[in-house]
Amino acid sequence: MKKLKKDPLNLIIIGVAGQGNVVISMLTCNALLREGYLVTFGQTYGANQRGGPVMNYVRVSQEIQCSPLLPDGTADVILALEPVEALRMLAKYGNPNVTTIVNPRPIISIDAARGDSPYPDLDTLTQAIKDLSAKTWLINATEEAQKLGNPIVANVILAGALIGSGILPLDKKAMETELRERFPRAIDLNMRAFNRGIELVSA
Amino acid sequence: MPDIDVNAPGTTVLWMGNEGIARGALEAGVGFASAYPGTPSSEILPAIAEVAKRMGIYAEWAVNEMVAMESATAASLAGIRSIAIMKQNGVNVVSDFLANLVMRGIGKGLVLICADDPGPHNSSNEQDTRPVAKWLDIPLLEPGDFQEAKDMTKWLFDLAEEINTICMLRTVGKIAHTRGNIKLGELPVVEHKAHFAASYGFRGAGPHAELHKKLAKAQEKFESSPFNLYIGPDKAELLIIACGASWLYSQEAVRLMNLQDKVGLLKMGTIYPLPEKFMEKHLKKASKVLFVEEVHPFVEQGVMELVGTLPPSGPHPVFYGKRSGHIPAYGDLDPSVVIKAINSIMGLNYQTRDAEYDKKVKALAQSYVTARSGTLCPGCPHKASHWAIHRALQLTGHEGFGTSDIGCYGGGGVGSFGITKTHFCMGGGIGVANGFGKLGRFGFDQPVVAFCGDSTFYHAAIPGLIDAVYNGSNVLMVIFDNSATSMTGFQPHPGTGRNAMGEPAATVSIEAVCKAIGAQVVICDPFELKKTTDTLVDMIENKTGVRVVIMDRECELIRARREEPPYRVYVDPEKCLGEDCGCDMFCNRVFLCTGLTWNRQTGKAEIDDVICAGCGVCVDVCPHGAIIKEPYTAKGKEKVAVKGKEKLKEVAAR
Repeated sequence: MKKLKKDPLNLIIIGVAGQGNVVISMLTCNALLREGYLVTFGQTYGANQRGGPVMNYVRVSQEIQCSPLLPDGTADVILALEPVEALRMLAKYGNPNVTTIVNPRPIISIDAARGDSPYPDLDTLTQAIKDLSAKTWLINATEEAQKLGNPIVANVILAGALIGSGILPLDKKAMETELRERFPRAIDLNMRAFNRGIELVSA
Repeated sequence: MPDIDVNAPGTTVLWMGNEGIARGALEAGVGFASAYPGTPSSEILPAIAEVAKRMGIYAEWAVNEMVAMESATAASLAGIRSIAIMKQNGVNVVSDFLANLVMRGIGKGLVLICADDPGPHNSSNEQDTRPVAKWLDIPLLEPGDFQEAKDMTKWLFDLAEEINTICMLRTVGKIAHTRGNIKLGELPVVEHKAHFAASYGFRGAGPHAELHKKLAKAQEKFESSPFNLYIGPDKAELLIIACGASWLYSQEAVRLMNLQDKVGLLKMGTIYPLPEKFMEKHLKKASKVLFVEEVHPFVEQGVMELVGTLPPSGPHPVFYGKRSGHIPAYGDLDPSVVIKAINSIMGLNYQTRDAEYDKKVKALAQSYVTARSGTLCPGCPHKASHWAIHRALQLTGHEGFGTSDIGCYGGGGVGSFGITKTHFCMGGGIGVANGFGKLGRFGFDQPVVAFCGDSTFYHAAIPGLIDAVYNGSNVLMVIFDNSATSMTGFQPHPGTGRNAMGEPAATVSIEAVCKAIGAQVVICDPFELKKTTDTLVDMIENKTGVRVVIMDRECELIRARREEPPYRVYVDPEKCLGEDCGCDMFCNRVFLCTGLTWNRQTGKAEIDDVICAGCGVCVDVCPHGAIIKEPYTAKGKEKVAVKGKEKLKEVAAR
């Protein structure tokens, strides 16, 4: 078990319900548990199966069992499957040292569709995210997943980017073990997606 | 879901508090588990049901919480350790039974698990169930982490047996539904054999005094319970008394503020009755006490009650908490709430991030963070049903409206196009509509439509429907039958033909029950929008009395697991008049499906291929016939998607 650079390490994985952010949070948490860390994986989600934001809070420590929610302004990494959701999380948990990994593909909310709450211009939005982060990776995960044959693996591409970024005390092998356990039948596609994510942050 | 019967004592797993509770029951040798789905408790029963056959135990989804509690009680009386599991609202349903049960005692260990939803995030109301324990005299524990969720559940069976009364565990969503480290214990081998001891006999309501003796015995045990602990200096500037998830929040706030040598933390796990000698001893540690707990000031008031009986020599600390306004008496808490309270009480100014960043991020968020209301899933049959009801009420006039109960279809205004006007409890849709339907004698002439789900129908709607027939109410009830308890995770119910353990089960037909009660019944497929709307209009305009329309269409998320979408849907950019159409973006603005978007470059509607579920319902919504559906084939998928995109490019080029 590697010593954490900061204890606890706070990771937020955010997306819109249905994007598969819980799955990649689970993979990450299980890999961290296997390494021997104290892991807390809290969630906030609404009553809906689809459409609303789903926040996953992954907290890693060698000292305490962390609480399900982190203190405001203390995120170390924000992994967002949707760009507005990245900014939503920065507003509460961001700080000058935060790293953001963002899939810039918008999912238009019904509030935006109705004209009640306009969806921002994408370039302005991504610039705001960059301005508020110490380091930002924009990963076109949905597009890359479609190229691999199924948009559903966008989440696994982002999991690859997360591991490739080197922020977590986890290596590639640790996550591969989890992927093999979680997706025994669709392992080829998921492994390609995972490796593509690693490539995209290394480029 | 993990296999919670893994026989590996000493192993550490990453499980939800709920899975910990299920494991705790197994480690206690539970033989009978009954529940009704309700988030945040929903994962407990499935975790037990999954391993039930292997463990030689029984697990079931009951028709409602009352029946769950009654069944579990019977098993306890027959000598089998039993558990009943529910969310906060379930305890309300059970309260009458519980109020009687506590007067009479139990057989083998009987435990009630209640998961509260501070927030609320997944509930129609916010409620603290702990006062029920005080109100009905039930010993109560509350776990402060995931390990305790397991350990307390296990121990409660012993306690219940020893003092011969039902015992209760209250947990909150942020423990129940959060995963954390849990170290597993031994699994006993139990051969369950049921036999009712005739010596139990019938007893009237006399033994209330006996119950108080049982409570005193529980309190005595709580005095030395390992579930209560103190961390901090012998003399502290501030003592924080916390329980549940609030304990974790408090611990973290103190650690982050580096106040470990000034602030003492008293974690309480035995909540009712409070161990008074233990509390008194620790109250001497500081002259200031802050209570951190979720929803009601339950421990706060308990300690105040205790201190009120202490002699003038004390201890009489100054209390901070909900009464003083330092901790809100609603919503879920977090470490920042505790930091703010400590700052205020101790005159500190600890900030978790710098002020300049704070200002900048808040300004940018205000400009660019769009709202994201939850809504029905793409392809949800309830959306089509609501659209048809909405249209029918528009066509029939007279300010018609809907009264709903609890389920995906009940989630307020947006999903139902604003027609849902009341939203109370399980069965509250037909119950309230039934009342409106009796007001014709006072000049009431508005059409009322009661909304009810399939699982809800069995749970609580049948008495309301019988009353409507018996008392001559004029009411239309729509049953959104999607063949699952979808909102809580697709659990089976009496209409699905299978049970919690995955076995085939008898089916109770909603249609047959409604007909037997004496209602007029019609079955519609909500995806046939026009036919369904016409049926509803006919029901509202031409029929009177108790009418039931059953919307028969499987939950989209279940269908999607099994098969490809029915249609490939796209917008024909030549037919879509876009911003020039008189519809004013009708499909986006009014129908509100997340799969329908607007292309700002072309100024026309578009389908988001990634989100669209291919139900094809929007085809009938576009006033200009610009949305096209084609039967889905694996090959066709490519073809249609390309066709749509090429057309878009052409239009954009013009």
